[in-house]
Amino acid sequence: MFGLNKKDASLLLIVAGLVAFAPFLLNPFPEGSAMAQFNAGYPDLMQRFVIFGIFAIGFNILFGLTGYLSFGHAAFLGVGSYAAVWMFKLLSMNVLPAIVLAVITAGAFALIIGYVSLRRSGIYFSILTLAFAQMSFALAYSVLTPITGGETGLQLALDDPRILESASASEGNIPVPGLFGLEMRDSFEMVMGSWVFTFNFGYYFCAVIMLIAFYLSIRIFRSPFGMMLRAIKSNQQRLNYTGVNPRPYTLAAFVISGMYAGLAGGLMASMDPLAGAERMFWTASGEVVLMTILGGVGTLIGPVLGAGMIKYMENIISKINSDILHGWFAFLPDGLEDLVVTMIYPFIGKGWHLTLGIVFMLVVIFLPGGLVEGGQKLANLFGRKKADNPKSASTEPAE
Amino acid sequence: MSKGNLTRRGVLKTGAVAGAGLALPTYLSAAGHEGFTNAPTGSTVTLGFNVPQSGPYADEGADELRAYELAVEHLNGEGDGGMLNTFSSKALQGNGILGKKVEYVTGDTQTKSDAARASAKSMIEKDGAVMITGGSSSGVAVAVQALCQEAGVIFMAGLTHSNDTTGKDKRANGFRHFFNSYMSGAALAPVLAANYGTDRKAYHLTADYNWGYTTEEAIKSSTEAMGWETVAAVKTPLTQTDFSSYIAPVLQSGADTLVLNHYGGNMVNSLTNAVQFGLRDKQVNGKDFQIIVPLYSRLMAKGAGANVKGIFGSTNWHWSLQDEGSKAFVQSFGTKYGFPPSQAAHTCYVQALLYADAVERAGSFAPCAVVEALEGFEFDGMGNGKTLYRADDHQCFKDVLVVKGKENPSSEFDLLEIVEVTPVDQVTYAPDHPQFAGGALGSCNNGA
Repeated sequence: MFGLNKKDASLLLIVAGLVAFAPFLLNPFPEGSAMAQFNAGYPDLMQRFVIFGIFAIGFNILFGLTGYLSFGHAAFLGVGSYAAVWMFKLLSMNVLPAIVLAVITAGAFALIIGYVSLRRSGIYFSILTLAFAQMSFALAYSVLTPITGGETGLQLALDDPRILESASASEGNIPVPGLFGLEMRDSFEMVMGSWVFTFNFGYYFCAVIMLIAFYLSIRIFRSPFGMMLRAIKSNQQRLNYTGVNPRPYTLAAFVISGMYAGLAGGLMASMDPLAGAERMFWTASGEVVLMTILGGVGTLIGPVLGAGMIKYMENIISKINSDILHGWFAFLPDGLEDLVVTMIYPFIGKGWHLTLGIVFMLVVIFLPGGLVEGGQKLANLFGRKKADNPKSASTEPAE
Repeated sequence: MSKGNLTRRGVLKTGAVAGAGLALPTYLSAAGHEGFTNAPTGSTVTLGFNVPQSGPYADEGADELRAYELAVEHLNGEGDGGMLNTFSSKALQGNGILGKKVEYVTGDTQTKSDAARASAKSMIEKDGAVMITGGSSSGVAVAVQALCQEAGVIFMAGLTHSNDTTGKDKRANGFRHFFNSYMSGAALAPVLAANYGTDRKAYHLTADYNWGYTTEEAIKSSTEAMGWETVAAVKTPLTQTDFSSYIAPVLQSGADTLVLNHYGGNMVNSLTNAVQFGLRDKQVNGKDFQIIVPLYSRLMAKGAGANVKGIFGSTNWHWSLQDEGSKAFVQSFGTKYGFPPSQAAHTCYVQALLYADAVERAGSFAPCAVVEALEGFEFDGMGNGKTLYRADDHQCFKDVLVVKGKENPSSEFDLLEIVEVTPVDQVTYAPDHPQFAGGALGSCNNGA
């Protein structure tokens, strides 16, 4: 199907299924119950899952295939966001031109940075990309304030030109991004008993783009070009001796992955029309590295899982406060309740970084292949009979 | 063409399917549609407290959260009632808001616009918050304010001092109780003239971001208006921790006054550096060298320690104020937490009460009704004297405090002394003042 072999096609179908039914899968607990705290099926977070999924998929094309560890990928995400918001300001609130420009700008930006950075490899490459990203951040944060909005971020205003839309701002409210009249924030709620499922147009728009991006990434992984990238990862010197110049290949991979990041940035701006400089900060670049490693470097689906995991913790764990904890453990005797709450408290709320750190360490130590390896081990455990053909369809390692 | 045949059965079938199709979404989306976003339906109402719990302003965020918890207690009729007893409007009964018990959700802004918006969005989309409040940075305030406008909920800004929040980035659904850069300049200038004379040469060090710019502009224009000269204004990166390389050129410039447009950790470091360089013992142009910090907070004064002694600055509120409202607030905050509240806590507490009161007076949670109730609202008994929520830009106009680092602090909280309470008339400006130019409120948004 679509030029994919059977394994890849079924993987794509599984991902498509997961994405399509995400509003159900992410809202397993009934509204109003104590566990509803863990529901993640609201539009903003679902959008983030798929957008950062795209970001991580793109990063994995560079890091997973060529082994070049870029520490400045957030710069492309930021550039994409700024480009998209400027399109909203100048042209129209339709998301298509915004996303197209975001991808092109990020690609051009990646070409320049990649051309310089790829002269070195290993740690020097990482440092160069980090330096460029920090430079972009500093520029966006202060020097280029007229273009980027500085610390506040680039926002829409009532008196923006929006030359393709005339009567848009007439009611005194800034129009919202949409696709030919369908607003990105349009949602439709389905009430089933005490469950509420939200279907958001913006989410499904991102999801479709994510599936396309995922499909493209499978094709790249399976193409001769992808093979060449893997050759660069395994032994670049040998490649040089055989008379192949790896630079064009690495540069192409770098630009492609930059364009993925730009796409993610453009989508972020389309869901929420604001572009802030923090998006380019080095911690944001580090986050995508974490996502990829957490999920499984060089695997197809790993980065998406890693992105989901980190965004889930950032948005769900960080919102549990001590009152909620007390609510959960109210059934315990007073002294014990306080003790349990005191023990758990450092790991929730603002302590979510701590929890993430622990999970990351556990994964790196016990599952060097990331969550995907965990999935494989589980599959082996429960499906011994298929041991010689485990579910690695979903988990093709890179090397 | 043969499909064009109309049969009784076909018509019935199509009609039934179409009818079901049309009815389904209406039925499914019927819940929670009262004409505005997140209309509270049950016996409770949810407010969203979006404060920095990590990052450079985490201390302020923690204090804001304490204040909100206190406000919720008072609104629900628990505790001693705090400022509800001194507030000039008596609409609030201590039985929640419009009889609905107040509940809240919290989030971490991380002092990043993106994170703050994500957190606010989850409060609106997941938890059904009908109002978002808090924050300790202008960038975050402006970003979240725009989001709330879009989503159709009310935003009650926390600590945000930049002119832009109610200037070029103002929004109809957003309200600010805190004072701003312009007011700092207008309040400080006369005190500076009285203490340091009218012929000084000022050197500005400005944090290189939005708030720094508006503060520098405000201080510059009000000091220049009284005869001071600005020698130079140098931008310093927000992430700078060692300011020695910026302090050294100050003495060579011939300036005799240093203005530190810094906040939080920046100010603590730059002031400490300046004092270590011995600037304050120097004599330039026959005058003692002076340092000024436009925006003061107790938490900053604590960080800078003895270096703040005798240094002028402005603040929104201070716990040592002796009016009834301040006393009641300090009393109930102190009883609950064991130390006096900061200005961030004060502004957040007041904002929560003002929102609740506006809903009560409007008789509805609908954002547009609340906006109407707050616009042009005059009140008293909240610690700043007579205060007006101006309809033109949703900024509160009230007295501004000029403070000075105390020479002999009696406790770790008693670090600032009030030099002057600048009356509101002196800090009032026209809505179209050049420092606030551009931007428009737009119209209020009720959302879905």
